[in-house]
Amino acid sequence: MGFKKKNRHVGIVGIGETKFSSHREDVNQPEMIHEAVKDALEDAGLTMDDIDCVVHGNMELFEMVHQPDLWHTLGTGARGKDAFRLTTGGTTGGTLVGAADNLVAAGMYDTVLAIGFEKLQEGHTTGGITNMADPLWARKLQSGALTDSAAVKAIAEFGPDRAKKAAMLYRIIMDKHACLNPNSHRAFGLDWDQMADLMENSPPLIGDLRLIHMCSQSDGACAMILSSEEKAKQQCDHPVWIRDHITIHREETLNLCVNHYPNETTHRFAARHLYERNGITDPLDYFDVFEMYDPSAWWGADWIRDFFLLEGDAHYRLIEEKEIMRGGKMPINPSGGVLAANPIGATAMVRVAEAAKQVRGNAGPHQIPGTVNHAIASSFGGTMWTILIMLEKELNW
Amino acid sequence: MKNSEESDSYIIHGKLALPYTYFAGRTGSTFLTTLRDQRIIMGVKCTACNRVFVPPRQTCERCMADIRSQWVTVESQGKVVNHTVIRYQDKHLPRKPPFVLAMILLNGADTPMTHILEGVNPDRVVKGMEVAAVFSPATTNTLLDIDHFEPVAEPP
Repeated sequence: MGFKKKNRHVGIVGIGETKFSSHREDVNQPEMIHEAVKDALEDAGLTMDDIDCVVHGNMELFEMVHQPDLWHTLGTGARGKDAFRLTTGGTTGGTLVGAADNLVAAGMYDTVLAIGFEKLQEGHTTGGITNMADPLWARKLQSGALTDSAAVKAIAEFGPDRAKKAAMLYRIIMDKHACLNPNSHRAFGLDWDQMADLMENSPPLIGDLRLIHMCSQSDGACAMILSSEEKAKQQCDHPVWIRDHITIHREETLNLCVNHYPNETTHRFAARHLYERNGITDPLDYFDVFEMYDPSAWWGADWIRDFFLLEGDAHYRLIEEKEIMRGGKMPINPSGGVLAANPIGATAMVRVAEAAKQVRGNAGPHQIPGTVNHAIASSFGGTMWTILIMLEKELNW
Repeated sequence: MKNSEESDSYIIHGKLALPYTYFAGRTGSTFLTTLRDQRIIMGVKCTACNRVFVPPRQTCERCMADIRSQWVTVESQGKVVNHTVIRYQDKHLPRKPPFVLAMILLNGADTPMTHILEGVNPDRVVKGMEVAAVFSPATTNTLLDIDHFEPVAEPP
């Protein structure tokens, strides 16, 4: 891979998030985005005068708005500034952070504002997402954003009893985390004794994917301000450093040719390359927290193995021993993750934002105990796209 | 006659339905309900920039001030600051061509709003022409509660 080291270090100096919810009738799109932008500027102690460039993104077609970056200028503050729009599906938020990281690292801009948003209640997600399928081979067969492929795979490998329990245990752990996060859209207050009932009675969607396993459709926005090392140190007492990021796309969206499915998933491929080039031999030991883009409990439970390069049932044991809960060996999604809120164009950025807040130690009620020196955040898109972003508390690698 | 390579190439016809809603927000909703219920046109004033925005907005994009509560009523009469003539026909257009879309600076506003201008020969529209809003008899809860604008004085 043609990877080069960064030209200069990049730090996160400001983070803004709206509350995530199923309905934001009180604000239109630019007004909702402005809430996150204002929050990020206040967090950084900056004004729009300090921002050199704005990168903006969300899902294509989801709100049926053409060129939203242009008419959102009322809320983004991008008037008269260099600006880009990026849209890469579910990964959009991670792409925005990665692009801002590159723009600053390259030396093109000293301070970049990245904004991800979605108002899923305004649009029709399945109508938009069906467009990603190949019109010739797949569009008439697509099931929108829903799939039980992870459930099929897990049940085949571990048997229905253990696999279903692991997925539901993962789901309840995420809900317990979500209940501590004031920005959560969905926080039910689920408890362990509800597992059997939910596994049996939650409305079925596809195969063994049930409603309780699946993420929501949320409204919300996230904004992050990234600066060069020199600027970041002037602007902020404790910037969170973006050590490295990787962005990979190597699978087919709809797998019609089973034999061609890659043996190594995009997630595992991305993780392996990122750790290799940063000299990390034991990621489970190295990282203190992981914010994962987990669109369903089945996927979340399955992907732990790929992201930490584990073998066999090591990922299931982490779930079963509740080591992924706050206070455990590898806390996953102290924010509640995507199951707590999914404003898609913002979702992947929220993973980075939440991981960075954990590093700063000011995440709020869902701050995990202990010092967080090393964090990682993942992005996932329906187009089988993976982004991994590594964060560091200290500039010492 | 088509060559065989072209005639054997299959074309798939599709159609996408993309329904959507749009949350107007409190600021946009206030504009629409006062237009509908009181037949008045309202804007918001940025006191820092001394600028009245019509239609209204929550934030001044010049200075980023929160201006959502600074409502002012503007006149339903103003001047044409620019215009164009739509001369082609298509399903999405609000009138049969030819018709005029004009940018109208209402008295008391600092930003022009775009609307349909009727009651004047499209070739006779001039900058500075005094025009007034004609409200729609039936509400649609949209900006089209102003049906169109028309000249105040008889055109020359």
